[in-house]
Amino acid sequence: MAVLLLAEINDGVLAMDATAKTVTAAQKLGEVTLLCAGAKVADAAAEAAGIAGVAKVLVAEDALYGHRLAEPVSSLLAKLGADYDHIVAPATTDAKNILPRVAALLDVMILSDVTGVVDGDTFERPIYAGNAIQTVKSLDPKKVITFRTSTFDAAGTGGSAPVESVESAEDPALSEWVEDKVATSDRPELTSAGVVVSGGRGVGSQEDFALIEKLADKLGAAVGASRAAVDSGFAPNDWQVGQTGKVVAPELYVAVGISGAIQHLAGMKDSKVIVAINKDEEAPIFQVADFGLVADLFEAVPELIEKL
Amino acid sequence: MKVLVPVKRVIDYNVKVRVKADGTGVDLANVKMSMNPFDEIAVEEAIRLKEAGKADEVIAVSIGVKQAQETLRTALAMGADRAILIVAADDVHQDIEPLSVAKILKGVIEAEEPGLVIAGKQAIDNDMNATGQMLAALTGWAQATFANKLDIDGDSAVVTREVDGGLQTIKVKLPAIVTADLRLNEPRYASLPNIMKAKKKPLDEKTPADYGVDVTPRLQVVKTSEPETRQAGEMVGSVDELVAKLKEKGIV
Repeated sequence: MAVLLLAEINDGVLAMDATAKTVTAAQKLGEVTLLCAGAKVADAAAEAAGIAGVAKVLVAEDALYGHRLAEPVSSLLAKLGADYDHIVAPATTDAKNILPRVAALLDVMILSDVTGVVDGDTFERPIYAGNAIQTVKSLDPKKVITFRTSTFDAAGTGGSAPVESVESAEDPALSEWVEDKVATSDRPELTSAGVVVSGGRGVGSQEDFALIEKLADKLGAAVGASRAAVDSGFAPNDWQVGQTGKVVAPELYVAVGISGAIQHLAGMKDSKVIVAINKDEEAPIFQVADFGLVADLFEAVPELIEKL
Repeated sequence: MKVLVPVKRVIDYNVKVRVKADGTGVDLANVKMSMNPFDEIAVEEAIRLKEAGKADEVIAVSIGVKQAQETLRTALAMGADRAILIVAADDVHQDIEPLSVAKILKGVIEAEEPGLVIAGKQAIDNDMNATGQMLAALTGWAQATFANKLDIDGDSAVVTREVDGGLQTIKVKLPAIVTADLRLNEPRYASLPNIMKAKKKPLDEKTPADYGVDVTPRLQVVKTSEPETRQAGEMVGSVDELVAKLKEKGIV
């Protein structure tokens, strides 16, 4: 059984964590070939070739794949996919955009956000905001899968897979890239961080959100937010943790001023240790927290920063 | 230009779901059902396009059990002009897969010839996030997923998308499939007079066979189980105690 894995690459840089975790998941299915597609991917491909367990790296370097628009990339994947039993990727926004299109081009169903591999046809995935786990057996000849990276460990490095170029597929010419507004941050990336500090509505304002950031910096953590905090303009969209934002499972998750709605828990309840600071002792977040502190965050957080 | 908006009837987002003891699925008998929240945003965006003079007609379509009619009436009360219900399941527990839904929607598109389809980014029940993309593949149209801003500009649409690192703006040729993210807009509430008027708006009923689509699932559900529950935690009395506990665990 052969697996084609779409490596996660942004602006020519390999997202090592997401790709290596997906390699771990994909290895359970068969021999793994990585596909690096982009406008400039030579460096990313060289790095990807070093992931342990990768048999081969395919490079599709073409301006056409520059911003990984769904139409050209899915045409490429559907074409190359003819030789593979499984076509997989990490469940990033890039892959969630592309892989369902690939699946439909191949007339097969998609398996989204897979958290467990039972065998080559049978997979586990969370449904209803993670409140149920469904085991499904695919009856399709090919499986197109996105893996939830937070549930798999990253494969190691030290491999030396051969790299070969592949021809571009045709350009459907349906869309064009206009601009990116990338949020720049020196902090760890949210989905791969070992510690995440998140703020919610209780933080009160964008200015006060600096307190959450200060605690995060003290812990070397990534900053997350609840939907309420994002909707209120305290934090940018891409910090949102939850059913519709990012799913994280760090060693430590600190939820500050977050009530713990079902949709938020969906994105963080697999964290190893959860700490909740909230002044409402009835807040549902305390039902999943390992350590809960009922306190005013404006007193507790500065004290915590000082004592860490 | 006609705008087509697929809407799904799902368990209300506030309901805590219960997995059935026999592992066959989630218990949907006697629970509150509503329109999928992302679909409300899609309907709202379509109505706003009509109000801005960029769309002539908004058609809401739903696929599932007969009761999905209520979801369509909600869309009509919000401002959609007419609705199409495709009855594809007898039992609320039978979820039609995105691939089948996309094939049926392709049939609806061939019949109605809309210039734009606005769907939700994902349904909060199966959490698939796939139907819009699949429909775009089947029709050969462009797609703009996770839209946070939509502008129609002649024969194309300029869409800002919510992506992992921030925002990405793309331009897609029309006709196209757009999927709505949370922050595209704030959906309106249907007023009582509009709810009454919606009862008189046209609602056609069809079946998958009318579009030549077989809805047999490709993914066979083996079992549905409860996620692992977390061990009960403890409440601490002070920041000092919290820091001590975290140090004890070796995580700070």
